[in-house]
Amino acid sequence: MQFMLLFSRQGKLRLQKWYVPLSDKEKKKITRELVQTVLARKPKMCSFLEWRDLKVVYKRYASLYFCCAIENQDNELITLEIIHRYVELLDKYFGSVCELDIIFNFEKAYFILDEFLLGGEAQDTSKKNVLKAIEQADLLQENRPRQFFFLSAQLTTEKPL
Amino acid sequence: MPAPIRLRELIRTIRTARTQAEEREMIQKECAAIRSSFREEDNTYRCRNVAKLLYMHMLGYPAHFGQLECLKLIASQKFTDKRIGYLGAMLLLDERQDVHLLMTNCIKNDLNHSTQYVQGLALCTLGCMGSSEMCRDLAGEVEKLLKTSNSYLRKKAALCAVHVIRKVPELMEMFLPATKNLLSEKNHGVLHTSVVLLTEMCERSPDMLLHFRKVCLLVPQLVRILKNLIMSGYSPEHDVSGISDPFLQVRILRLLRILGRSDDDSSEAMNDILAQVATNTETSKNVGNAILYETVLTIMDIKSESGLRVLAINILGRFLLNNDKNIRYVALTSLLKTVQTDHNAVQRHRSTIVDCLKDLDVSIKRRAMELSFALVNGNNIRGMMKELLYFLDSCDPEFKADCASGVFLAAEKYAPSKRWHIDTIMRVLTTAGSYVRDDSVPNLIQLITNSVEMHAYTVQRLYKALLDDISQQPLVQVSSWCIGEYGDLLVSGQCEEEEPIQVTEDEVLDVLEGLLVSNLSTPVTRGYSLTAIMKLSTRFSSVNRIKKVVSIYSSSIDVELQQRAVEYNALFKKYDHMRPALLERMPIMEKTASNGPTEIMQTNGETEPSVPDTKHLPLVTQPANQANDLLDLLGGNDVVPVIQTTLPTKPASAGGELLDLLGDLSLTGGPTVVPAPAPSVPVSQPPFLLDGLSSQPLFNDTSAAIPPMTAYSKNGLKIEFTFERANPNPNIAVITIHATNTTEADMTEFVFQAAVPKTFQLQLLSPSSNIVPALNQGSVTQVIRVLNPQKQQLRMRVKLTYTHKGSPVQDLAEVNNFPPQSWQ
Repeated sequence: MQFMLLFSRQGKLRLQKWYVPLSDKEKKKITRELVQTVLARKPKMCSFLEWRDLKVVYKRYASLYFCCAIENQDNELITLEIIHRYVELLDKYFGSVCELDIIFNFEKAYFILDEFLLGGEAQDTSKKNVLKAIEQADLLQENRPRQFFFLSAQLTTEKPL
Repeated sequence: MPAPIRLRELIRTIRTARTQAEEREMIQKECAAIRSSFREEDNTYRCRNVAKLLYMHMLGYPAHFGQLECLKLIASQKFTDKRIGYLGAMLLLDERQDVHLLMTNCIKNDLNHSTQYVQGLALCTLGCMGSSEMCRDLAGEVEKLLKTSNSYLRKKAALCAVHVIRKVPELMEMFLPATKNLLSEKNHGVLHTSVVLLTEMCERSPDMLLHFRKVCLLVPQLVRILKNLIMSGYSPEHDVSGISDPFLQVRILRLLRILGRSDDDSSEAMNDILAQVATNTETSKNVGNAILYETVLTIMDIKSESGLRVLAINILGRFLLNNDKNIRYVALTSLLKTVQTDHNAVQRHRSTIVDCLKDLDVSIKRRAMELSFALVNGNNIRGMMKELLYFLDSCDPEFKADCASGVFLAAEKYAPSKRWHIDTIMRVLTTAGSYVRDDSVPNLIQLITNSVEMHAYTVQRLYKALLDDISQQPLVQVSSWCIGEYGDLLVSGQCEEEEPIQVTEDEVLDVLEGLLVSNLSTPVTRGYSLTAIMKLSTRFSSVNRIKKVVSIYSSSIDVELQQRAVEYNALFKKYDHMRPALLERMPIMEKTASNGPTEIMQTNGETEPSVPDTKHLPLVTQPANQANDLLDLLGGNDVVPVIQTTLPTKPASAGGELLDLLGDLSLTGGPTVVPAPAPSVPVSQPPFLLDGLSSQPLFNDTSAAIPPMTAYSKNGLKIEFTFERANPNPNIAVITIHATNTTEADMTEFVFQAAVPKTFQLQLLSPSSNIVPALNQGSVTQVIRVLNPQKQQLRMRVKLTYTHKGSPVQDLAEVNNFPPQSWQ
């Protein structure tokens, strides 16, 4: 996978993950063009399109478009499954995920994505394992302050985001 | 300094902005606050500030001033800091900036951290955006982690290694030992990422591929794993719609493809498992089809046995019938790849493919169109063409050019009859005329010229099309060219194929003149129409009207048009005697290699009238006999047989030879008996002929000095010779004969023949007509070229045959009174 974009029906970017090195300007250009192209598609059309020299796989979940650019030798149908798995992970994590969750907790969406995909490929094919890892990492975030609290007299102010 | 606002707070605030300007203002304010906070080196809130910066970056605002802060976060001991720091690094930094190199040390430390989640963060970041330098520095650490027993880290290390190899291919070797027992893992995550790593290595290096194939015996291992996946019962952890770990299955199939490619043994070893997957996979959901798709790709790429290949194509055929358009799309793409190698198998699904032309989806339509063209053959051409023409009618403009070209190509290869071919071309020109490619016009003209018996039908249909619509330039160009060539057939109503239409000369000229003035016509089209009008001057009788039109355009603003008009004017005035020869019918053109198949008259199935070329031969033998008679008369060996050209109604090479005369004057070729040698000039645009003329000074001034002579005068028939010296070759004498008739009856079927001694070479061009009108009302002109390299005295024997008052007349005469200037 070369990159994944999440955007709303109005074309607002909610998440962007790039697995290839590109300048900020290029990324913006690609994003703008691809968003336009995908939003112009009619509902009955298939989920794949050829764009530049890449294959683009996209799927709309409620008000969000999930869009991946894959290479020519990649399997489009399994990419749809990858997208679906990511949505399922978000759904499990947030509990019936909606666009607002992703807007207000974008950094968590990234953490989940980075636990599922690495360098554009799936790290773990087990939903359970990915969710468990996120959970544990989250505990790390909140656990530390508690540990400190017991060990030192000083009250450490571990500020939440 | 109050605490910086929280991330969620900021997001909420920004979302309340009603205009872009309001949002920008908020952002700018917050950025300023963040900047000052950074300046104060505040550790407590750095994480929060960077997170806010990342949000604003996603909205499209610059955030580069946060780059260094990300590095500080990564270096922090707090997990929260590291998490945001690494995220920031992945979002804000890339290998173009030098800043990222500062990360290397941090990543190195974190790769050895005691907490696996920190190690995970480091691996993830390195595997996502690590530059070649970073990869070089840290490859050793990654390799170490690849050998760990911690599956959480091992799987990440494998994917990180993939990235390292992509960035620094030379480092591939160092990961080889670690791959030894990767596949013996039980953990699916490790298995999946290991297969990805092995795939990357095999794709990159043929040596690796061989190693894995022969030494590590990868294929049996993979086959075993795949088998277990399929055979094992329900495993809730990896189940997707009843299929066990489809992601892993797909990756294994892909690796098998690479291993089995061009290797018989490996291909054989995987035959069974492929058949098993192909037949047993559940197809009701997308997952199953994803696996089948990958299986088909593998079967087609390896050296599989034919039964398996047929199975694969049948799967694709079933895909074509699937309700899910994604599946149909994927099927069409795959079929396109295999249509060359498994043509017959794909043919079986032709009707389904043709149905896909009517699909609403653009990508599916394009694939279906490409596949349809690939499937056209001699047997299905009629049916397929009907569908494709219907598609051409209704498809989006983006397809029309490609479809039109495809139709032309297919029609050329498989046309069952001439009429069908011309009808098909007409159909394309009228429905998609403006999208037809530029090179189609000359190709079509060539095709039409060569379909001699269809000329009347073609010109009639094109004329009718022109009456309807003059906006489509390729159609207009081809039509005006045809009308120019075959206008006489049009007005004489000679059409056999369909009901002939009544058209007068004036009506035709109206149409052509209309093209000249229309705003829709491009300059090229105007050129075509002007030339067409000019050609009609020898085919129509309303010459005056044509003269008028031509003279009007000699002052046209368009330089091209002006030049043509001026030349044509000259043709009317000074060189009127050449006009008939110049504006003669085009000969059959031989196709050059670049134009496609060399067989001009290829038919398929239906009977065709015999090729005109064959008709020429019997005609030619007659003159040859007569020439022999002449030979006898002049004394055997020192006479060269004459070249007899036939009358204008048969394709002749007048124009081409005229060009030869004025261009490269090397008459080295011996007398040719076949009267229609292919002109070597590309005749894509008829005006080229005349361009050649105009580019050279027509005749040398010194030629005016040679006085005309009377070569023959008997029984009312007088033949005068006028001379020109061809420039630049002084060895060629150009003689124009003028035959006039003083009797009160016409001389019909007039044929002039000449023979010269052996040291000369003679070429006779076609006469202006074969009727010498009575009472000097007109003359028949004919051009003779004589090559006289040895400058010997010119002698000629002439033979005349004609019919006068119903009875045939024949006469021989010797011409010896050539003026000395004509041969010195």
